[in-house]
Amino acid sequence: MTQLIWFIPLLPVIGFVITLLLGGKNGRFSSRLSTVVMGICLLLSFYAVYLVYTRGEFSIERVWYVTGSFKITMGLLADGLSAMMLLVVTLVSFVVHLYSMGYMHGDRRYWLFFVELQLFSASMLGLVLAHNYLQMFICWELVGLCSYLLIGFWYEQKSASDAAKKAFLVTRVGDVGMLIGLLLLFTTVGTLTYSGVFGTAEAGTISHNMITAITILLFCGAIGKSAQFPLHVWLPDAMEGPTPVSALIHAATMVAAGVYLVGRSFPLFSHSEQTMMVVAIIGTFTAIFAASIAVVQTDIKRVLAYSTISQLGYMIFALGIGAYVAGMFHLMTHAFFKALLFLGSGSVIHAAGTQDIREMGGLVKKMKTTTWTFIIGALSLSGFPLLAGFWSKDEILGFAFSNGRYVIFAVGAFTAFLTAFYMFRLIFVVFFGKMSKASEHSHESPKVMTIPLIILAVLAVIAGYWGAPFLAEKYHIGEFISGHMHVEHVEFDFIPMVISVAAGLLGILLAYLMYGAKVIPTDWLYRFVKPYHKVLVNKYYMDELGSRAIIRPAIKFANGINIFDKKIIDGLVNLFGKVTVAISKAVHIFDLGVVDGIVNWTGRETFNSGKRLRLLQTGNISGYAIVMFAVLAVYIIYLIIRTIV
Amino acid sequence: MVIGMQWQLGIDLKLVHFLVVSGVLFCIGIFGVLSRRHLVQILMSIELILNAVLINLIAFSSFTTPDEVIGQMFAVFVIVVAAAEVGVGLAIILSVYRRKKSVDIDNINILKW
Repeated sequence: MTQLIWFIPLLPVIGFVITLLLGGKNGRFSSRLSTVVMGICLLLSFYAVYLVYTRGEFSIERVWYVTGSFKITMGLLADGLSAMMLLVVTLVSFVVHLYSMGYMHGDRRYWLFFVELQLFSASMLGLVLAHNYLQMFICWELVGLCSYLLIGFWYEQKSASDAAKKAFLVTRVGDVGMLIGLLLLFTTVGTLTYSGVFGTAEAGTISHNMITAITILLFCGAIGKSAQFPLHVWLPDAMEGPTPVSALIHAATMVAAGVYLVGRSFPLFSHSEQTMMVVAIIGTFTAIFAASIAVVQTDIKRVLAYSTISQLGYMIFALGIGAYVAGMFHLMTHAFFKALLFLGSGSVIHAAGTQDIREMGGLVKKMKTTTWTFIIGALSLSGFPLLAGFWSKDEILGFAFSNGRYVIFAVGAFTAFLTAFYMFRLIFVVFFGKMSKASEHSHESPKVMTIPLIILAVLAVIAGYWGAPFLAEKYHIGEFISGHMHVEHVEFDFIPMVISVAAGLLGILLAYLMYGAKVIPTDWLYRFVKPYHKVLVNKYYMDELGSRAIIRPAIKFANGINIFDKKIIDGLVNLFGKVTVAISKAVHIFDLGVVDGIVNWTGRETFNSGKRLRLLQTGNISGYAIVMFAVLAVYIIYLIIRTIV
Repeated sequence: MVIGMQWQLGIDLKLVHFLVVSGVLFCIGIFGVLSRRHLVQILMSIELILNAVLINLIAFSSFTTPDEVIGQMFAVFVIVVAAAEVGVGLAIILSVYRRKKSVDIDNINILKW
């Protein structure tokens, strides 16, 4: 029965091929097939979780390529961590498939959307199920490709195709580091399977510096994929893609791949304090950095994009300080409520026809389901007590506090305050208040779009209980995903919980005061921090920096190479051509002069010798007779002499 | 025949005497072919050569194998061939004369280049 696990990544691949080949004319077939496939995968994931719970982890391997003693095996690993990821990916993917049936309705490439979604799901599932780094890397690249395809789904728009390129190129930068790390790993350890690598690391045969180098390089890949500073610049632009894409890829799954990588490599990372420090610093910085930008964004999807970056920062720094369980747990809860928020925003955009929140307002009257599910999602994100985000975020902050990382805790708490603030700013502006012109014409979305919202809202509430401290240890997610590792167990500490909840509530309160009840004017803070605000609005000028420092020199370099190519390389080629022509001319002369000369000489000489030989023909018969007899006489004399002598 | 001639001449005839005679005749014939101008004279010289050959043949035959008359039989063939050849040769000379109005061998040099 464990062999069934092959189907989890395999079914979407088959679905991808079938919809690619057959789905062209029939959109409904494509969408229904892929949704059904994802549904089956979802059920299989539940089964996988059950299997891991009852039997413990298992893996399946097949030898792929052997030469002598060098062997590469391909296989799937199902342990607590991958089973949890399976659940997350299939759930969100299934829900997004349902939602897309409504959202993408009428699109001219409706069928292709589902083809690409299938490919993405297959790749992501392959990524989490891989049992070695090589397979994971293959799927890593594949999800990057799908991200490019899906961000640029509406490629007729230049902004979309530019955003797709940017996403791919920026993540590529991280991937280079990761590839070098993988190569180093292979040359030091000799294998890329997780069990092989971690076993070698445990045995202590890799030098400390090497481990640090490898993990930092692997982390580069995570920085790119999970949009950490400084490679976060692609994620906000990725919002050019359709909203279901943003929900699935850029909130719940692909960006989580970097976190998954660090989590999966946790046994490796935990051997190097330097790397853990780097991870923690980058994570924390990203968290507050992105949250600060989100505060001033006016595009609903951009707010959510920066929020995602910020929350990913939480997960990363959680791993950096050693809170493996908390970090991965937060990944799961975040996937649910962030997907919910994105899909909800999709509903809003669909209804209001704009993405600018300044043009929206009072939507609660027209879109009840969307509004209330959105609010549940925002509350979960803000860490409102008893919702999923509360359990996971508090666990992270609690861990930080009880391990003495007070600076990180303070930054994390302040970020929580900002998070609550910008989310509820969004809510008050979009859903409450005066109805704008755009909102007048809006209406609630069809059931196929609201049901996913409800499903996700439910999950955003109850998913947290998998990691609640009062849950019996054998069911607790911590025990489930820790596997072999000895991970510190978080004690239920009162003080950090109170502080973080307070931060969240304060944020909500401030947002209410500024945007809900309009008690404090919205530019109250603005007056204090005017110059700083400009920086925030321009996203700390990161894009301009990138443009100046990287893009322009790259273009200059490309121009230089172009000139080099034209002048020198083409010059060489032309020279070669000219030399060939000269040689052929010489050969021509040789051919004419020498060869033809010989041929002509032969003919001439034949003629001349004929002229001379002709003279033999005198026509004089007695002359002929004389010659005949003379020769005869000589011959006879010769014979006689021969017999005598 | 030999005995008859022996009796007339009064000496012992040997093979070599006949060979010398045929050789002399042969040389006279060749001389004639090479030095005569008139076509018919050349033809007559060729006849001489043939006759010399005849004498040679018969001499050998009667001295070395008197019982088997191979040489004489061959001689009959040669006579026949000579006769035929003279007929054909005269015919050619006649037609050449009609063409060239001359039987001087120095005038018949059409084969000259």
